[in-house]
Amino acid sequence: MTPKVVLVTGVSRFLGGHLAARFAANPDIERVLGVDTEPPPRDLLRRMGRAEFVRADIRNPLISKVISTANVDTVVHASVTANPAGPTGRTAMKEMNVIGTMQLLAACQKSPKVQKLVVKSTSAVYGSSSRDPAVFTEDMGPKDLPSSGYAKDAVEVEGYVRGFGRRRPDVNVTTLRFTNFIGPRIDTVLTRYFALPVVPTVLGYDARVQLLHSEDALAVLERATLHDLPGVFNVGGDGVLLLSQAIRRAGRLNLPVPSAAVPTVGGFFRSARLVDFSPDQMRFLNWGRVIDTTLLKKDFGFTPRWTTQQAFDDYVSGRGLKPLIDPEMIEAAERGILDAAARFR
Amino acid sequence: MAGARVIPLHDPERDAARRSRHVEVVPEPAQQQSGTPDWERRLADLLSFARRRIAGDYQIDEFGFDRDLTENVLMPPLKPLYEKWFRVETIGLSNIPMAGGALIVANHSGTLPLDALMTSYGIASEHPASRHMRMLGADLVFRTPVLGALARKSGQTLACNPDAERLMSSGELVGVWPEGFKGIGKPFKDRYKLQRFGRGGFVSAALKTGAPIIPCSIVGAEEIYPMIGDIKALARLFGFPYFPVTPFFPLLGPLGAIPLPSKWYIEFGEPIRTDVFGENAADDPMLVFNLTDQVRETIQQTLYRLLTQRRNVFLG
Repeated sequence: MTPKVVLVTGVSRFLGGHLAARFAANPDIERVLGVDTEPPPRDLLRRMGRAEFVRADIRNPLISKVISTANVDTVVHASVTANPAGPTGRTAMKEMNVIGTMQLLAACQKSPKVQKLVVKSTSAVYGSSSRDPAVFTEDMGPKDLPSSGYAKDAVEVEGYVRGFGRRRPDVNVTTLRFTNFIGPRIDTVLTRYFALPVVPTVLGYDARVQLLHSEDALAVLERATLHDLPGVFNVGGDGVLLLSQAIRRAGRLNLPVPSAAVPTVGGFFRSARLVDFSPDQMRFLNWGRVIDTTLLKKDFGFTPRWTTQQAFDDYVSGRGLKPLIDPEMIEAAERGILDAAARFR
Repeated sequence: MAGARVIPLHDPERDAARRSRHVEVVPEPAQQQSGTPDWERRLADLLSFARRRIAGDYQIDEFGFDRDLTENVLMPPLKPLYEKWFRVETIGLSNIPMAGGALIVANHSGTLPLDALMTSYGIASEHPASRHMRMLGADLVFRTPVLGALARKSGQTLACNPDAERLMSSGELVGVWPEGFKGIGKPFKDRYKLQRFGRGGFVSAALKTGAPIIPCSIVGAEEIYPMIGDIKALARLFGFPYFPVTPFFPLLGPLGAIPLPSKWYIEFGEPIRTDVFGENAADDPMLVFNLTDQVRETIQQTLYRLLTQRRNVFLG
């Protein structure tokens, strides 16, 4: 069933905005509504074309009015985010994530027109620890529940979504658990992290990192909206990078920090407004996380176009990250040494 | 269930293995074919390895296994230990399939898990398919900084059913030491006495994936660090499962960490098939218990047989 009226939350951010733009370009969809607390940046707004922007706070019951008066039949909840707006934004982010979802779901439950709900969740709900299996499937849970930050928000959001699904069994609910996004255009904690000239890591740990190209993420969200694919799906690119390997591929220098000094260093980066890592993201840098995407390929019918490695390389070249040591120099040095060796023969 | 097993006094396979070792001594003429000398080719390998590492140009699998690093950096230092120090002799390598999932179950001993390292080196270097054994390790290993990262890079993963099943169903050779710390940290007087085999989780994982179980008996590892005491207070202080006291450790300090050069035998027994029990075999606890016992008994009997054949701990 192709939806008639789509409401997208979080349109002033990359995913929500570009998703609204994709729906606006689709002639089968009659109306596209974008909701956010602040207007999207101008270039994003231009892309969104005929999509209408509604400046509303989903934490406010007003959202209910928007949904019922516009006869919204499909809601894409893409505003749950891991990136706080500023150094003090974490409380606001939590409110937005959790209270916002509650209000939005309450509004959806009241409106009989709503037929479909697509929720952008995260694989952070699986947590990250040394006692976890190497690869998470959809039926697994975290070993210890994330106690703070984005991961906890996402767990709570998913709980409310499940509750909504029970109360409105007629609505198709698709929950998408994304890995971290990467790409030349998207701006996340991780893209800022890898752009640092010297990248701090935790000494003695090397996380397995699975990434998803932001274009693939958009395609998955679009597919979930245009088709009826209820369920919970892991979404991530194929393959895995080690954190140290990713840093090398980006041509950065790795600065191992002893675990005891990690909070201090994290605090420095936060106050310098370089990268703002929450404790659960710090844990992610210790252990990493890999998810199984068999269901995505088989049941959901989507295979990501970029593997983790390709997505990362696309990010590196798209951002124009200059490696500190030129790879051509290394190759030249290799050839030079071999030539010298051949002369000694 | 299993019935009585016939244990030959002179294992033809083992004799064959002994004979084949003599054949191997003949130097391979293939080395000098192109004009470039050996050291130069090795230098080229080294340089291209260094370039790959600097550029991050290598592949790891979803468990974090870094084949490039394992084959070029982690494995080579084990060679002298395997060939010269312990003079490991493998028996029945042909019981390990050339491809496809299989589960190697072995006895654990020696205070430090050198037996696991030697078994995995033995299979990688002597098995015709040079397969990498993916071992299931304790939670403690992966919690420890450096060690945990190294364990993942060398292909090990946490001992849990989802990981074991995932590895075996993707056709990997999995190694498990079900005695765990009870086996590796047992006192010297209990040597070659198998401890409890966990809860048989490995058997249900094999049943679920239909992978054969290959019992593996290791003789010689018990004598490398004869553990005559255990300082519980220190173990608790460091968070170790035990703090070993051997005749030389901690008495001689770091010198005491040199293992005694015992002669090792690693015997791989006949595979026990698990794909003949039908669909929901893994949910039948009695079957799981029986299979666990069968594997345990096989290893224990093989250990006794190898021990009676051994004349000297150090000379074999």
